[in-house]
Amino acid sequence: MSAFHFSVNGDPVEVDAPGMRRLLDVLREDLGLTGTKEGCGEGECGACTVLVDGAAVDSCLVPVCQVEGSEVRTVEGLASAGGAALGPLQQAFLEAGGAQCGICTPGMLMAARAYLDDGGGTDEDAIREAIAGNLCRCTGYTKIIEAIAIAAGGDR
Amino acid sequence: MTIRTPPSRTTTPVAPRRSAPDALVVRRGEIAPGRARGAAPLRREGPSKLTGEAKYADDLVFPGAWFGTTIRSTDARARFVAIDLDPAFDWSKVAVVTAADIPGDNIVSLISDDQPVLVPVGGEIQHHAEPLLLLAAADRETLRAARRRVTVRTEKLAPEFDPLASDHVFAHYEIAAGDLDKGFAEADLVLEGTYRVGHQEQLYIENNAMIAVPREDGGLAVHGSLQCPYYIHKALKRSLRLNDSQAQVVQAETGGGFGGKEEYPSIIAIHAALLARKTGKPVRMIYDRHEDLSATTKRHPAIVTHRTGVKLDGTLVAQDIDVVMDGGAYCTLTPVVLSRGAIHAGGPYRCPNVRIRARATRTNTPPNGAFRGFGAPQVEFAAELQIDRLAEDLGLSPLEIRRRNLYQVGDTTPTGQVLRDSVAASEVLERAAEAAEFEGVRARTTASRVRRGGSGIVPTSSHTTGPDRIASGIGIALAWHGAGFTGSGEVKLASVASVELGADGRIRILTGSTEMGQGTKTIFPQLVAEELGVAYDDVEIAPQDTAIVPDSGPTVASRTAMVVGGLLIKAAQRLRAQVEERNNGQDFAAVYRDDAVTHGPTRIDQQFEPYPGVHFDDATYHGDAYPAFGWAACVASVDVDLDSGEVTVRDVVAADDIGKVIHPTLAEGQVEGGTLQAIGYATIEEIKLRDGRYLNDRLATYIIPTSLDAPRITSILVEAPLASAPHGAKGVGELPMDVGAPAVVAAIHDATGAWVHDLPATPERILAAMGATPPTEPPAGLPGRDAAEDVEAAIEAPIDEGTDPRPDAPTDPLPLRGPGPDDSRVDDGWHEK
Repeated sequence: MSAFHFSVNGDPVEVDAPGMRRLLDVLREDLGLTGTKEGCGEGECGACTVLVDGAAVDSCLVPVCQVEGSEVRTVEGLASAGGAALGPLQQAFLEAGGAQCGICTPGMLMAARAYLDDGGGTDEDAIREAIAGNLCRCTGYTKIIEAIAIAAGGDR
Repeated sequence: MTIRTPPSRTTTPVAPRRSAPDALVVRRGEIAPGRARGAAPLRREGPSKLTGEAKYADDLVFPGAWFGTTIRSTDARARFVAIDLDPAFDWSKVAVVTAADIPGDNIVSLISDDQPVLVPVGGEIQHHAEPLLLLAAADRETLRAARRRVTVRTEKLAPEFDPLASDHVFAHYEIAAGDLDKGFAEADLVLEGTYRVGHQEQLYIENNAMIAVPREDGGLAVHGSLQCPYYIHKALKRSLRLNDSQAQVVQAETGGGFGGKEEYPSIIAIHAALLARKTGKPVRMIYDRHEDLSATTKRHPAIVTHRTGVKLDGTLVAQDIDVVMDGGAYCTLTPVVLSRGAIHAGGPYRCPNVRIRARATRTNTPPNGAFRGFGAPQVEFAAELQIDRLAEDLGLSPLEIRRRNLYQVGDTTPTGQVLRDSVAASEVLERAAEAAEFEGVRARTTASRVRRGGSGIVPTSSHTTGPDRIASGIGIALAWHGAGFTGSGEVKLASVASVELGADGRIRILTGSTEMGQGTKTIFPQLVAEELGVAYDDVEIAPQDTAIVPDSGPTVASRTAMVVGGLLIKAAQRLRAQVEERNNGQDFAAVYRDDAVTHGPTRIDQQFEPYPGVHFDDATYHGDAYPAFGWAACVASVDVDLDSGEVTVRDVVAADDIGKVIHPTLAEGQVEGGTLQAIGYATIEEIKLRDGRYLNDRLATYIIPTSLDAPRITSILVEAPLASAPHGAKGVGELPMDVGAPAVVAAIHDATGAWVHDLPATPERILAAMGATPPTEPPAGLPGRDAAEDVEAAIEAPIDEGTDPRPDAPTDPLPLRGPGPDDSRVDDGWHEK
């Protein structure tokens, strides 16, 4: 066991864990942040997507030793006003109907967050490409793409 | 074998007739008149899902919980000889549960008592993923180590994988109308075809998960991902010997179901409960994706053969249809899946002379079960391809042959049901065709195919594969889908839903209907608020906990909005009337809070009452199979790479008549999601088997459409209200699943000139159908081409009553077959989706 230091949603954390422990398990079990979901455990579904230094990654494939010193962002950090209100991207998902069963939603939101932070716009093909690593079985992606386009065209 | 009689002349198209003059089309984004107040409300549990606060089963924390796991067979069929626990391992830290630890019946309670909770030592293993024993430990490392120290000894037995050869029949039905011989004698053309479809995995993104928690009263609470709390409640009571209050089932937030969490969660719940009882601790049974894919239910593979007689003008005069479904190792819901399949097998077309024979048999593969569409997608794929092939032979357009045969008000179905109202086959077909410019596009794609034909450079192929290698095609499909439970299912269920005005002045809905993404928790408060004349936010919904809510029937069969929504409207009407009456006729909204203070709580329990004039005879299979049907049309546009056989589905127009649109955004979401699931079924989703084991049992190998595979989907919602439902709604969830696959395969034909008879239409099958490569293997290990005689022989084979394979089975097992005059067990309320 060693201690790893990184930040999660802006707050510094110290985690005592084996270096190869999955970031997903550290977030969910050690830090109690269960918003990040596990769908397949092998990097196929994207449900566990989080941002590490701004890049969307599958947290089931990232050992905690790799995030030493990094900034990690999860779905719990997306709300506005200190967590009191939905952020613009979340609000767009709510209004467009981009979340149905909700299990892919945290990962989908983080992939969309990375896309918007990289300056992504309202182009449908670009949005499809940005979320191609995130599987959704409920929506046919239509309203997810719509929601991301709304966010891209508004307050982001 | 295919018999083709080429037509000698063509006929002129006839104008479409309109069948449901009161049908209304709701354009995208518009609010259904008279139902939603102002803007449709936002998803009730949306904010918690969007912030990560929503608690799915694996997110729930129970201090001191142990981890459970299942040791499964690796044989398709075998005698279970012994369990060896390595004596060198410290077993004091591990709980081991075998069949001997089951206090009640070793049966997963469902239609037939054939599936054990755990195979007993000495018993017979029926499929490769069959649960044999259970382990639990306080931490995952100990559990993993213990797993490796268990050896299961078995003696292999000869397995059966061919549903046509299997002599164990789970159910069989025959539906007949008119005079088949007379019909074929009148026909100008007779066409035969055999169609095969394989397994499909529901692939909810949240795997199955259950946590059992011992209670102080000796009972057990089970929290999990599930569709039907009372199915699990019933199964737990029976296997754990619990009474109604000792067994408690609580739905956690559920990450998708699609039918896959209808019946399978019962066995996981029992497993978790057995371990919890043994350890005295909460026990977590959280499946990973590999276990979920290997062990849980899939859509039934099927072989469907058609022999169809038509007149030269395209009028159907005879349909002789055989359906054989592969049930897998245990009965599960197979009789009702097959029943829906049989009733829908002819497609949404009137035909005076029909015979439909359907049979489902046992194979030594994991049991197949409920999946969106529930037997209808398999048979409607076959029916639609058959209609398209008839159109081609007659020189009619695919649109035109459908116009000439589709059901209108007053037509009679093969079960003798007269379609009295809410018939919108014509509306959905015309709307979809119009929006997709079907005939215009088809004229261009046909011209392009003709230009390309005969110039090919691929050996034995007639297709150019030079710069012009991408061919475009367009296809159309039409379907019907019986609304709610089949036959007398709803009457037997006798569901209850309640609305309560609490002493604290809060209005609360109590139902066992679950939210799994489709919008239950949004539309129920919406319907009740509308009826009471109060704000949406003033109506709460109680948690789906069997200790709190009544049994509203399972959340399946697209019945939630239609049936349970209808019950809630009636309950709200009664509550409003009671409160207004005792308050001198003052408006409910103005007085209900004071009324609660004065009169205390008021609760209205509304029980299902049969739809007026709907009668079905389970013994003869005659009558009103459903109170009404929903209608769906789909137009798919595809590009096919003639070199590689790769298909891109570019655009889909889906038109669905759902009776009444309660919430346009949620209804569109159902259409869009169902359409993409159907496209996956059509093109890429296939389970490969070897020796009865699924080979692609990981998400890296079982693939579903991504955002890049998904077409642009345009949904058109059509309303032809069901008069006998208070709100007119007929349900939406399953409709799009019935039409997507035949539309895509028709479009592939339009592009390539080749008919793919088997699903999925993979590049390999497309190239083989084009004659560019040798024939491919059929899906799901089903028998190959020219199987019509095999199917006929299987259908004609004598029915031996199914016998319970377990050595400790009762000596006089109840028959497992479908309804007969003396068989009241089948269809006792089990169903769907």
